[in-house]
Amino acid sequence: MALLDVENLSVEFPSRRGTFVAVNGVTIAVQPGEILGVVGESGAGKSTIGNAVIGLLEPPGRIGAGQIRLDGQRIDDLDDDAKRRIRGRRVSMIFQDPQTSLDPLQTIESQLVETIRVHLGLDHRAAQARAVDLLRQVGIPEPELRVKLYPHQFSGGMRQRVVIALALCAEPEVVVADEPTTALDVSIQAQILTLLKRLCRDKRVGMIVITHDMGVIAEITDRVAVMYRGKVVEEGPTSKILGDPDHPYTRALIGAVPRPDLRLHRFPYVDYIEGIAEKPAAISLKDHWLGRSRDFQRRHDGPLLELRDLSIRFPLNTAWLERNRRYVDAVKGVSFAIREGETFGLVGESGSGKSTIARLITQLYRPSGGSVVFDGTDVTALKRDRDLNPFRRQIQMVFQDPYSSLNPRMRVLDIVAEPIRFHRLAGSRAEVNRIVRDLLDHVGLGAKAAEKYPHEFSGGQRQRIVIARALATRPRFLICDEPTSALDVSIQAQILNLLKDLQEELRLTMLFISHDLPVIRQMCDRVGVMRFGQLLEVAPTEELFVSPQHPYTQELLSLMPNFRGLTHRGLDVEDRATG
Amino acid sequence: MSFLSGFTDSDLWHSFIRTPTALVSALLTLILIAGALAAPLVAPHNPFDLASLDIMSAHLPPVWMKDGDPAFLLGTDDQGRDVLSAIFYGARISLLVGFASVLLAVLIGVTLGLVSGYLGGRADAAIMRVADVQLSFPAILIALLIDGVARGVLPREAQEHMAVYVLVFAIGISNWVQYARTVRGAAMVESRKEYVQAARIIGIGPVAILWRHILPNVLGPVLVIATINLALAIITEATLSFLGVGVPPTTPSLGTLIRIGNDYLFSGEWWISIFPGVVLVLLVLSVNLLGDWLRDALNPKLR
Repeated sequence: MALLDVENLSVEFPSRRGTFVAVNGVTIAVQPGEILGVVGESGAGKSTIGNAVIGLLEPPGRIGAGQIRLDGQRIDDLDDDAKRRIRGRRVSMIFQDPQTSLDPLQTIESQLVETIRVHLGLDHRAAQARAVDLLRQVGIPEPELRVKLYPHQFSGGMRQRVVIALALCAEPEVVVADEPTTALDVSIQAQILTLLKRLCRDKRVGMIVITHDMGVIAEITDRVAVMYRGKVVEEGPTSKILGDPDHPYTRALIGAVPRPDLRLHRFPYVDYIEGIAEKPAAISLKDHWLGRSRDFQRRHDGPLLELRDLSIRFPLNTAWLERNRRYVDAVKGVSFAIREGETFGLVGESGSGKSTIARLITQLYRPSGGSVVFDGTDVTALKRDRDLNPFRRQIQMVFQDPYSSLNPRMRVLDIVAEPIRFHRLAGSRAEVNRIVRDLLDHVGLGAKAAEKYPHEFSGGQRQRIVIARALATRPRFLICDEPTSALDVSIQAQILNLLKDLQEELRLTMLFISHDLPVIRQMCDRVGVMRFGQLLEVAPTEELFVSPQHPYTQELLSLMPNFRGLTHRGLDVEDRATG
Repeated sequence: MSFLSGFTDSDLWHSFIRTPTALVSALLTLILIAGALAAPLVAPHNPFDLASLDIMSAHLPPVWMKDGDPAFLLGTDDQGRDVLSAIFYGARISLLVGFASVLLAVLIGVTLGLVSGYLGGRADAAIMRVADVQLSFPAILIALLIDGVARGVLPREAQEHMAVYVLVFAIGISNWVQYARTVRGAAMVESRKEYVQAARIIGIGPVAILWRHILPNVLGPVLVIATINLALAIITEATLSFLGVGVPPTTPSLGTLIRIGNDYLFSGEWWISIFPGVVLVLLVLSVNLLGDWLRDALNPKLR
């Protein structure tokens, strides 16, 4: 008998459109001191399992069949009172976002003390001592002082440590951690995972870690259950599942994970996810509408895009007098050049100024110093729309969030046609329609998508619409600002494939911005590393991954998740890093 | 047809047919609006036709009381006008003034709100300060002021038939601030979204961005406020007419009817003001309930 047994569990959500079965006959078990990973993509039902275990299914969700047993006793059919006594005391939960899982109006101490007193019945003084002790255990320095602070006085990583302390304060037997590191930067993710692993071993707690991230799975779990559409398709020891998966979905999922240690020509195709045509027929630039982008004449032989000592600062306040104003330097003296046809990567943690550079190149922001030179012309010196529009046509952008980058009130046809109409790239209405359908077909959506509205598409499909819109001006230069960080890994793989194909066919020059080093490695020829608005290092991709020069780059690389155990089966490997 | 089936399948429609309050108030609003629109067809008399009025049939009580005349179901007023017919025609003027002034307020408020929210900076500061100043006066006071000024400016003979336009203008001007503030906030949120940035990268100008991209995405809350403000505008019109600065007694609105009846209330002739009053309450109440339902149904946080 295991510590926690989930047997044949089904969770259903009835609605007026029929009953949706989120979890369908799932059986998993956790032993004391063991970490079980539940991995899957969005909508697979992995969080629903966690919520069912802790007894917090959101209405109208209900358990349709099966049992959940803690130490042999059923806990799924208890009444609310009995469930509340178990929750937090014997089974507790760590949530994804440390910003919202702590009460901002109470000190850490009062939140911890309240929970401890409710569950363990200690007096106030003993509870206080225990709170300080817990903070020490989760690695918060000077816990006697820090315990008096409010949540906003902690950084994101420290706050997640507090959340963990809160989850552990009643000595639970089982902890459910739902995406415990997804909201954190990589450097902090590594620390939190190490902490979870240590606490689990020391306290003999059974832990379920729910995540979409193969890196987290590889890092801390002992066993892993792979979920697809509400079912566990494969379960076993982590090394077995990652190294030698049996189920085709697991294999496809692992194949879609970008690796820091090897570069693929293309990601393997995951036919489990969306009905996307594998690869549309290649475009012959000579007779295709998109091929006419070659109507731009190269004006000089230098790099296509050059940033010269580019800076921008944003005012922090709006004082009337210049001397009272304060500024923050978002980008400080950045210079680099991108040659025609190459993919240049920009990498850095949040707030490093990567996205600001994209917005400076596209003229959404005006620089406070330096210049953007495109094909020999200083674009930042141009003021009038008449002079700027030819350059706007040549530089287009793909955004991070596919949910906010499409106007929800416009049909896909009008979204993609807008740039064509604005720049008068087609003669008649019929020609515009034909071109839009062709573009949609080419990004793998099919011409029928034109008549629909954005909300009828999934995140990955929306990103394809965004790409079609960016291509509609027949650009030469494409900026991709975190184009896949909001997407599931298998969908990310397909979007990266699409971008690679388009770049090869259309001979696009690309600026690829990402916080994700493995993704950068797959996509880029050269990479620039940014921190605090400054460019620290520029190097060819292979060189950067094998022998990073700047200490910060070395640190970033050392924090990448370790994927050595992942299978290489069926991968189209281009080259391997030896470092 | 496909649009219609899309609507009947929507959550909004579903919530509508499952909320009895919404159904009843929508039905009541529809009946009142239909009655007002079809006044010449359904009203037994034409209260504006002076030739048909007979001073002998003035001050008649409703039909179920002693001395009641079957020709005048709800009795007559001091000039022998049929109260029921006067209500039909009066509701017409009340609704006309209500809808027109809301439309005017929406036009002004949404335009200023969009400009304010999208451009920001000095334009925003200027528009919002004007709004702040206007908010420090009660709307009815501003309407009274505009009405008074208009009366002073217009020649005497024009006043009678210009009265409705003056009212619409006065009520419209006094209500734009709420729209402007709501739209400004929503436009600020929308203009930071990436689809607006995409349009700017393409090169599309601010007017087209506001019209094509931002406006359709901020209209939801405007619709809710407009519904609730329609009731408010009808009340404001009634108040102004009751105070004697609204429409003249020759073409009475519901408010004018209540004022006329008010003089006879204490001599026992209650029907002249009570019946128009009841209709006014029903109209305002049903429009208000409809607005409340719409606000809740469109707010995902309350579901």
